[in-house]
Amino acid sequence: MSESGYADAQPRMGFFTDTSVCIGCKACEVACKEWNAVPAPDDPSGMDLLGLSYDNTGDLGANNWRHVAFIEQQVPASRVNKSDVDNLGMPTIGAPEQEDDTGVRWLMSSDVCKHCTHAACLDVCPTGALFRTEFDTVVVQPDICNGCGYCVPACPYGVIEKREDDGRAFKCTLCYDRIGDGLEPACAKACPTDSIQYGEVSELRQRAVERKQALHADGVTEARLYGDDPDDGVGGTGAFFLLLDEPEVYGLPPDPVVTTRDLPAMWRRAGAAALGVAAAVVASFAGARR
Amino acid sequence: MSRAQPSRRERAMVEPAEFRSYYGRPIVKEPAWEQPDVPLYLFLGGTAGASASMATMARVSGLPKLARVGTLVAAGGSLASVAALIHDLGRPERFLYMLRVFKPTSPLSVGSWILAPFSGLATASAASMLTGRLRPIGTLAGGAAGLLGPAMCTYTAVLLADTATPAWHEGRGDLPVLFAGSAATSGAGAALLLVPATETAPARRLGLAGAAAELAAGHRLEHNLGVVSETYRGGRAGTLLKAGKALTALGAGLSLLSKRSRVAAAAAGAAYLAAGVCTRFGVYAAGVASARDPKYTVVPQRERMARTGSPGQ
Ligand code: SF4
Ligand code: SF4
Repeated sequence: MSESGYADAQPRMGFFTDTSVCIGCKACEVACKEWNAVPAPDDPSGMDLLGLSYDNTGDLGANNWRHVAFIEQQVPASRVNKSDVDNLGMPTIGAPEQEDDTGVRWLMSSDVCKHCTHAACLDVCPTGALFRTEFDTVVVQPDICNGCGYCVPACPYGVIEKREDDGRAFKCTLCYDRIGDGLEPACAKACPTDSIQYGEVSELRQRAVERKQALHADGVTEARLYGDDPDDGVGGTGAFFLLLDEPEVYGLPPDPVVTTRDLPAMWRRAGAAALGVAAAVVASFAGARR
Repeated sequence: MSRAQPSRRERAMVEPAEFRSYYGRPIVKEPAWEQPDVPLYLFLGGTAGASASMATMARVSGLPKLARVGTLVAAGGSLASVAALIHDLGRPERFLYMLRVFKPTSPLSVGSWILAPFSGLATASAASMLTGRLRPIGTLAGGAAGLLGPAMCTYTAVLLADTATPAWHEGRGDLPVLFAGSAATSGAGAALLLVPATETAPARRLGLAGAAAELAAGHRLEHNLGVVSETYRGGRAGTLLKAGKALTALGAGLSLLSKRSRVAAAAAGAAYLAAGVCTRFGVYAAGVASARDPKYTVVPQRERMARTGSPGQ
């Protein structure tokens, strides 16, 4: 049995997103929208320029199942283009760098639903619309969702969202319709640098560790994995990342937990409070008989 | 740019409000529910629950007027609560899908399985009382609703606390007590407003107990949740919760005069009910504020990691 309850008939599938080779082309965003017929934002003003570097998508949501984040950081020039991480082979101009010059480090990362091992969205869904597939991914059944919206604040990553004009909740399906036919998801297929890698999670995790070690050996000591740890607050994620800074810099929670983990304690607390109400009502009638 | 792990942890402990983010944008999504639907759903459900329990006790204690008002408030409140919930659905015509499965991991599923029978039983009891038909069945239904009443008062606290909304999840220990207290004062308030003074002694006592629980839990939410407590003290939430506290205290004070003065009784009841509305809207607003600012997501998680030394603890 896997952590998520399926017998091991089919290995768990997921993404390893290696942000160190992301070039911010947004091919993943476009391919996802095209394949899954994801509409433009509800609010057309959402099509505006956001003024956040090259990010005009803003965040994940009902109408953005992939989101490329762009972060510009001032760093000593000596830190720029020193390893193959930052060196995208772009031509450079200007005088050669001095040690105390500052340069810009550009972090780019394509974010997506994490397909959590312990998925809060799925746990709290009262209708059973959200379910776990044979690939250990988490998918909404649009014919069941009644748009109660509970999954939206439950997700510790702020991924799933209600589509306003439709009323139901939407998010990445890990291209359930493609992977069932042995195809890779549209975003991974479109990624020109293999920043988005699709495959069996166990194998991807191994590949991720190797990549991190290679980067560390190369002097990129800030490289770190995010979501690869089966002991984290969501039991590890099916879509995990190699990041070059702290998660919150990319808009990711540093230590997410699936809140249903605390559910037994919360029910006990609510049960005690309910007993308190019962006791107070009964006590308030003491001697009230006429 | 990169710092060693220990220095970051130290920093988190010394200056808890310092944090990094992606252009200050939120990390978690704010609750997708509509206002006023969901805060009203919380208020009406709680009021109905406490009223049903009071009605049952009033029936066995021989207080017919209190029993009558409690039964009617339980039915009306729970039906309105159901209506608010359905109105809030993105696909209202699919409201019965709420009962498609019973899912213990979903407080909304568990809650629907409490709310649906409760509102049915409360309505049956009220209908029998109003028409004078099937009295024994009506009394039985009323008694069952009275038993479910306390659950109606507190399940909504778990509904809110089982989300990634920082103010609600961090407040998971106190919200059930706050909601229990608030439901008790609101139920008592309806009785004080609508029942003659000869039968309101139990409502008066219940109101005082509820007010004490509510004020104590509110104080803990405002002060004991670290940086997240800010969301209960400031902004729209702070204003509403302060108004709620003042109205609760006012209601409690006036209820002491209600034995002699019908006006004081009615004013106490109105103050309690208004307090309930303010408290529910205030808690909702605190949740929204805490989801909008990434500080309330990042800082408590960083502090937790610094405390436990490992992720996900
Ligand atoms: S990231 Fe959010 S939406 Fe995706 S599986 Fe996890 S809880 Fe659900
Ligand atoms: S909005 Fe849909 S998918 Fe989300 S919890 Fe409700 S029924 Fe489930």
